[in-house]
Amino acid sequence: MAGAPRPPVTRGAGAAATAAAPSSREELAEALGEAGKAGTPVRFRGGGTKLGWGAGGAEDAVVISTAGLDRIVEHNAGDLTAVLEAGVPLARAQETFAAAGQMLALDPPADGATIGGVIATADSGPLRARYGGPRDLVVGMRVALSDGTLAKSGGKVIKNVAGYDLGKLFTGAFGTLGAIVEVSVRLHPAPPATATALGSSSDPDELGRAARALARSPLEHHGLDVRWATGSGNAMVRFAGATPRPQAEAAAKLLHEEGLATEIVEDDEELWRGQRERQRGKAVVRVSGLPTQVPAVVRAAERLGAPVVGRASLGLFWVRLERATSEAVETLRRELSPAPCVVLDRPTELDVDPWGPLDGATLALMRRVKESFDPAGVCNPGVYLL
Amino acid sequence: MGSLAERLRRIVGAEQVITHEHQLRTYESDGLLQYAVTPAAVVLPGSADEVAEVVRACHEAEVPWVARGAGSGLSGGALPVAEGVLIGLNRLRRILAVDLDDQRVLVEPGVTNVAVSQAVGPSHFYPPDPSSQIVCTVGGNVAENSGGAHCFKYGFTTNYVTGLELVLSDGSRVTLGGKELDRPGYDLVGAFVGSEGTLGIATRIWLRVVPKPESVRTLVAFFGSTVQAGEVVSEIVSSGVVPGAIEMMDNLSIRAAEAHTGAGYPADAGAALVVELDGSEAECSTRFGEVVAICERAGADSVRVARDDAERELIWKARKAAFAAMGRVAPNYYVQDSVIPRTRLAEVLRQIEELAHEYELQVANVFHAGDGNLHPLVCYDASKTGEAERAEELAGLIVQACVDAGGSITGEHGVGIDKKRYMPAMFGESDLSAFQRLRCAFDPDQRANPGKVMPTPRLCGEVPGPYRRHPLEAAGVAERF
Repeated sequence: MAGAPRPPVTRGAGAAATAAAPSSREELAEALGEAGKAGTPVRFRGGGTKLGWGAGGAEDAVVISTAGLDRIVEHNAGDLTAVLEAGVPLARAQETFAAAGQMLALDPPADGATIGGVIATADSGPLRARYGGPRDLVVGMRVALSDGTLAKSGGKVIKNVAGYDLGKLFTGAFGTLGAIVEVSVRLHPAPPATATALGSSSDPDELGRAARALARSPLEHHGLDVRWATGSGNAMVRFAGATPRPQAEAAAKLLHEEGLATEIVEDDEELWRGQRERQRGKAVVRVSGLPTQVPAVVRAAERLGAPVVGRASLGLFWVRLERATSEAVETLRRELSPAPCVVLDRPTELDVDPWGPLDGATLALMRRVKESFDPAGVCNPGVYLL
Repeated sequence: MGSLAERLRRIVGAEQVITHEHQLRTYESDGLLQYAVTPAAVVLPGSADEVAEVVRACHEAEVPWVARGAGSGLSGGALPVAEGVLIGLNRLRRILAVDLDDQRVLVEPGVTNVAVSQAVGPSHFYPPDPSSQIVCTVGGNVAENSGGAHCFKYGFTTNYVTGLELVLSDGSRVTLGGKELDRPGYDLVGAFVGSEGTLGIATRIWLRVVPKPESVRTLVAFFGSTVQAGEVVSEIVSSGVVPGAIEMMDNLSIRAAEAHTGAGYPADAGAALVVELDGSEAECSTRFGEVVAICERAGADSVRVARDDAERELIWKARKAAFAAMGRVAPNYYVQDSVIPRTRLAEVLRQIEELAHEYELQVANVFHAGDGNLHPLVCYDASKTGEAERAEELAGLIVQACVDAGGSITGEHGVGIDKKRYMPAMFGESDLSAFQRLRCAFDPDQRANPGKVMPTPRLCGEVPGPYRRHPLEAAGVAERF
């Protein structure tokens, strides 16, 4: 890469200053390689929507933005795949796919995030219950490492077992192994119609039983969520396809049998947008639990006066703490143990370990992986656990 | 090896260590019989503790080892190392927990794939379904990230493993992931699944299972040519239907499978397309009608719809017997596992046909058409001078054609020993060295299944430099990354 124009690198105060905005993956790799050589910590930035997640980061980090990597490289409609540069806003990619009647089945809260940021933080929404999370939709990835190299794994086809699956390793790694510069993703047909069965209850156990009955039923849902706030909650299950209504009716019947008051919502877009938005807040704790923990999570949240949304069939919950204290976080961790409770959104004054404890041998292996991929130790230092 | 064998006998008992030449021969090949290497010893541990002790003994004796499940793999992934130990995991075959409310199963690696579905049926099932599912083990599936006919809709092994207990190559134990999804930290489960036995041995595996669909509808449609059938596949998929399975066979494989099974496939059909939809009753019926209409509109010679389970079984019988039936075409065959973007199907099939003609060999095609995973079977007769070499050369050209079309050298069989020479067609030096970084983090001495996956041997410690502490860390400000 000798002779290529060097992207501007300037140091700024804190994570707010954009210092480098490379316009190609080669430039990004070069900027990262320079930082690696100099031992300068870097912070990767996509849409800047989740910079508060994780444990802060180095004060003197140089920011490398992916804003200049914003090309939709390929949309292979016939193959239901796409190749996106990391800085493409997810919403823009979805518009492109929607024009062909397709979608990337990834629906985290709509907040202006880039595809690279969504994948680096492994953020997801209700569709995960049917299509899997970012890890399951990424079929190939190109990354830049702190020695300035670019490396790819996977490919552009949906089925491929050649080589190690580094795409999964970098998904959810918060940029601590290197920078995601390009991803290949699997797409799905956008369903022509949807309908939701909505059940209401003021008994956490009843809600849990209803969610479990839905999760165990052969109905092929497109999202199975619960929510709870101040003494009452809902189980909601969405169906999509050519004929969603009969399935929604069958699900409503199931909910009714469990004792819930039910209704069918055909114009259900707002309802599910609300579920996604409730994954964000002033202080949000994500509980990685089990489907059977619906009542336990609801009760623990209720005692803290905190509303909660959850993916009932996956056992993932987002608790929005109104009173953001470290005691509240510790209470959740204690009461829901061994389910890990990770703090996502949080006010700067909330002094808490966002990740929680991890087993020593697992931690040691993760540290070896980190050292192997980023021996310079410059990629997003301070952000991740260990 | 003598003192190591003694130590292994002390760990697992004398009867579970094999060192006699003629007994060792049983393990010289896996499902890919073209390769055979006799290991120095075979050891059959009976518990995770024994696995850890065996691996530690190998580590201390600086002896490489290869883990093996059922030995049904098709890439030579479980091919032994001559100076090494083969660790057979078939004795670890307990299903430790079945929890349908949380949709999880905890198994040992020697449990067969089909046993998982049996343990959670009839209400649930375990979707990855390689054709060898009656014998292949979950541990092997994890190593290879196995797929199967239903993975177009349901995904692969990697989409169903939530947690692993591992023995690393120094004999240490580590737990990755768990019963829950999304534990904090790197997705090392995702990195381990499909690593072909080069990162360690899984001794316990948490799997996700799912409710069985309410309804399953299956048809087989016959067409004049694979190109015509390929267009139908594209039309079905682009119409928004996501079939549970969509499989294609060409005339040569139809004839062989028909002679083998008598499933009633017409011997003169140019292509057979098996389409299976599953899901809710209403959705299935609507969509199935659409699929039948697409097949008929595209000029299918006939469309046969399964009316009951027996007819459905019969349709699948021919498809699943395709590999076994190849013995009727030729004494030997090379099976390839390349993947192409589905839209390039017609073009690549034409190329394969031309190549087969040029090499004067028969190539049968059986494929998972939904995800573009081809299984070209290059038929040859090893007893004829030069034919095996010609077949190998032809197989290599087919792989290259698939990679050139934007595909992959392997969709589900793994790289193993057989396809490592094709790796440079897909990956450059910097890609391979990134792979090596993962390998070295797990297994710095590279004693786990050495000589597989990577096209050329490479050392650890060369590429990644020494770890330098971050200034913040050195200053005691932070000890995280």
